[in-house]
Amino acid sequence: MKDMTRATFLKLTAAAIGMTVLISVVMVNIDWLGMDGSTEKDPIVTLLNVMIVLSALVFSIVMVMMIYAIWKYRAKPGDESDGEPIHGNTRLEIVWTVIPTLIVVFAGVYSTIVLNDIEAEASNQMRVDVTAQQFAWRFDYPEQGVSSTELHVPVGTQLELHLNALDVVHSFWVPEWAIKRDLVPGSDLPGGDEIDNVVRVTPDVEGSYQVVCTELCGWGHATMRAAAVVESQKEFDAWAADQAKIPEGNVSTGAAGGQGAGIYDNQVTE
Amino acid sequence: MVAALKAPGQPRALLGMLVGIGFGFGLVVALRAIRGLEIFQTEQTGYPHVIVPGITGPIGYLIGIGCFDYWFRWAAGAPTVPEDHSDHGADGWRDYLRFNTDHKVIGIQYVCTTFIFFFIGGALAMGIRAELAQPGTQVVDPGLFNGLFSTHAAIMIFLFIVPIFAGIANYVLPLMIGAPDMAFPRLNALSFWMLPMGGILFLASFLAPGGAFDAGWTGYAPLSTGAPLGQSFFNLGVQFAGASSVATALNFLVTIVTMRAPGMSFWRMPLLVWANLSTSLLVVGATPFIAGAQFMVLLDRALGTNFFQAAAGGDVISYQHIFWFYSHPAVYIMMLPGFGIVSEVISTHARKTIFGYRLMALALLGIVVLAFAVWAHHMFVSGMFAWLRVPMMITTLLIAVPTGIKIFSWLGTLFDGRIHLDNTGMLFALGFICSFILGGISGVMTAMIPLDIHISDTYFIVAHIHFVLFGGSVFTIFCGLYHWFPKMTGRMYDERLGRIHFWGTLIGTWGTFVPMHWIGMEGMPRRVADYAAQFGDWNLVISIFAFILGAVQLVFLYNMVTSWRWGPRAPANPWGAKSIEWLVSSPPPRFNFPSVPRVVGGPYEFGVPGARHAIFEHEEEAGALAEPVPERATTPA
Repeated sequence: MKDMTRATFLKLTAAAIGMTVLISVVMVNIDWLGMDGSTEKDPIVTLLNVMIVLSALVFSIVMVMMIYAIWKYRAKPGDESDGEPIHGNTRLEIVWTVIPTLIVVFAGVYSTIVLNDIEAEASNQMRVDVTAQQFAWRFDYPEQGVSSTELHVPVGTQLELHLNALDVVHSFWVPEWAIKRDLVPGSDLPGGDEIDNVVRVTPDVEGSYQVVCTELCGWGHATMRAAAVVESQKEFDAWAADQAKIPEGNVSTGAAGGQGAGIYDNQVTE
Repeated sequence: MVAALKAPGQPRALLGMLVGIGFGFGLVVALRAIRGLEIFQTEQTGYPHVIVPGITGPIGYLIGIGCFDYWFRWAAGAPTVPEDHSDHGADGWRDYLRFNTDHKVIGIQYVCTTFIFFFIGGALAMGIRAELAQPGTQVVDPGLFNGLFSTHAAIMIFLFIVPIFAGIANYVLPLMIGAPDMAFPRLNALSFWMLPMGGILFLASFLAPGGAFDAGWTGYAPLSTGAPLGQSFFNLGVQFAGASSVATALNFLVTIVTMRAPGMSFWRMPLLVWANLSTSLLVVGATPFIAGAQFMVLLDRALGTNFFQAAAGGDVISYQHIFWFYSHPAVYIMMLPGFGIVSEVISTHARKTIFGYRLMALALLGIVVLAFAVWAHHMFVSGMFAWLRVPMMITTLLIAVPTGIKIFSWLGTLFDGRIHLDNTGMLFALGFICSFILGGISGVMTAMIPLDIHISDTYFIVAHIHFVLFGGSVFTIFCGLYHWFPKMTGRMYDERLGRIHFWGTLIGTWGTFVPMHWIGMEGMPRRVADYAAQFGDWNLVISIFAFILGAVQLVFLYNMVTSWRWGPRAPANPWGAKSIEWLVSSPPPRFNFPSVPRVVGGPYEFGVPGARHAIFEHEEEAGALAEPVPERATTPA
C-alpha cells in the first residue's frame, strides 16, 4: 500500500466506481418488490434503491481492493520471503471507522423518516378487523357491519387493520402492499393493549392480490391464504351490500386445510 | 463383563443410560400411581413418562461414562490423586470414545462429533430442497416438511456451528497461549459429553408420536407450547447443548485469563484467542436465556404453567424477547470465532502481520457490547411496543462498523504481503470475505425497519442467514480445519481435493443462496412446504445448486478421512506460521510443551528481522537464541 502511486490509486477508484455504477444500474432497474400496490410501497422502493447504490459501493470497494491485492501481491512460485512489516496506519483506520459510521447513521435517519412517512395516519380511514386462525382468515367490517373470508377494499382508502389471532401467532402480508404485521393471540384480552396490533396501509392499484401468512403457524402454514380485492368505491359498496345479506354463521372461521388449500393447484393449471 | 461395567467407559455409560431411563420412568409411574392419576398421560403435550426419562437417561449416560467419578470420590472423602493423568491423552482410537481430559483429544472429539451432525443436518437440508424443487407436494407432507427444516436448523446451530468452534478452540487455544491444558480439564470433558446428548434428543424426536419438533428452531409460543411431544425433545436437547456451551465458555475465560504463558500480555494474544474471549463472554451472558425460554415452554407444556398463554394472562411476545436475547448474540457466537480463525490464516498465508491488530481486538469487544442491545430487530413486525424499533435499528446498524473494521483490516493485511493461494485454508478465508460481505450488506438492509417490514419472514431472510452462517461461519470452519489439520492429525491433506471442495462450495453457496434474495423480495414467504407457481423456476435452480453444494461436501469428507489415514507426515510448522502451536511437533506431545514457553513478542511478526513470538526454556539454555536472523526480501514488490 505504501508504494501505491497516485495513478494506481486513481485506477482503483475508477474501477470501484465503475463497478458500483454497473451493479447499481442493473439492480435499480430490476423491479425487486414486484408490482406496485400501495402508497406506502413507493418510499420503501426509493429507500431500497438508495441502499442498493450504497451497498454496491461498499461491495465494489471491497472486491476491487481484494482482487487488486491478490493480483499485485501474490507470491511468486518459490518465494518464501515475508511481506512488509506494516502494523497499521492510524489515519486509514480512523477513515474506515468514521465513514461506515456516517453511512449507517445516514441509513438510520433515512429509515426513520421513511418509517414515519409510511405509518402516518390519513384523514380518510376504513377500519377492518382481521382475525387469523389455523389456517384461515376472517375480515370484519365494523363500519359496514359485514364479515367475509375475502379482504375487499376500496382503492385509495387507508385501511386501519386491527389484528388478532385466535390460536398461535400469524402474520399479515400482501406482498404488493409491502406492509406486514404479526397477529398475536391475546390482543383483544385484558393486558393485550400492550400489543401493537394496528397497522395501516393504503392500497392504490385495483386488482386481485393474496393475503399471505408469513409466520409459521403449523402444518397448513403454506396454504394459509386469502384473496384480497382492491376495487373502486362503487364496486366495494356493492360488494358490502351483497355481503350483508349473508347470514353471520356462514362466514368460515377456520377449516382443515385452510381457505387456501389447493390454491397452488389452481395456479398451475391457469 | 462385570469389570467392563464397573470401569468408566461406553458399556457402563449405556448401562447408566438404561438405569437413568428406568429410574425416571419408574419415578413418574410410581408418583402418578400414588396420587391416583392416570399412569400414562398421553395428551398431546404431556407424556411425563417420556420427558422425565429424557432428563435422567442422559444424566445416567454421563455418570456411566465417568464424567463425575473424580468429583464423586472427592465429595465422598475417598482418596483422589490430583496428578492422576490416567484419563489424559490418547494412544488409539478407543481413547477417543471414552472420558478423556486431554484438550487435544476433546478438540478432536468435538470436531468429529459435530461433523457427524453436520452431515445429518445437511441430509435434512437436501430433503427440504428436494421437496421445494417443484411447486406442489412431492416428497414429504407439510407436517414432515416443518419437522425437516426445524431439525435442520436446530442441529446446524446447536450441534454444529456453535460447538465446532468450541472444538477447534479446544485444540488450538491452550497451545496458542502456551498452556499445558484447559483450566478445568474434567469440566471440559463433561462439556463435550453433554453435547451428543442434545443431538440424540433432537434426532429422537423423529420417533415421537406426532413427529419431530416442527415449530421452527425459533419455537415461537404458543405454537410450540401446543405442539406434539417432539417439541419437548427440543426443549430438553437445548438444555444439554446449552449447558455444554456455557461450561466450555467459562473454561475458556478462566484459561485465557489465568493460564497464558509468561510474557503473553493481552496485547500479545493471537486474534483467535481474542475472538474466543469475546465469544465466551457472549455465551456466558446470553445462553442462559435460551435455556430459560425453553424451560418455560417445557413447563407450559408439561406442568400447565401459563408463561405464554394469553388466555390465562400470559404474554406471548415475551417469549420472542427472551428467545432473541440469546439468539441474536448467538449469531455472533457463531461468527466471532471464525473472525479469529480467518485472522490467523490470512496473516500466515499473506506472510504479513495483521493490519491494525489492536483495533481488530477492540472491534471484537465492540461487537460483544452491541450484540446485547440489538435483539428486537428480529421483532420489528411482531407487534411489540413500537418505540423500541428505532433504537434497536440504530444499534443494529452500528454493528456494521466494527464488522467493517475487520474486513478492511484483513484487506490491509493482504496489501504488501506475499499471498500464497496454493493453500485451501487461505482460499476459504478469501472466499469467506467475498461471501460474508454480502451477508453483511443484506444484514444492514434487514436492519432498516421499512425494508424489514417487507422482507421479514420471507426467503430474503433465509438468504441472509445462510450467507452469514454458511458463507460466513461454515467457510471459516473449513478454513480453520484445513489450517490446523496437519497440527491435529500429524498428516497433510490433499490440496487438489481441497481446491475442488473450495470451488464447489463457493459456487454452490452463491448459486443456492443468491436467488433466494430475489424470490423473497418478490413475495415467497419462508418455512413453506409449497409455494406459488411463479417461483418454480428459481426454486429448481436453487435446489440444483443445493445438491451440488451437498455433494461437494463428500469430497471434503473423503479428503479428511483418507489424509488422516494415509496422508504424508506433517512437519511441525508446514505453513511457516508464528504462533506457539506451530513450535511443537504435529501432533503435539501429550502435555503440549517440552518446557514452558516464554512469549517475547507479538504473534504476527512477519518480516520483522529477528522477531520471535515465543521461545522455550530448553532453547534458551542451549543458546538457540543466537540463531541467524531469517533472511527477507530486500526490495519491496
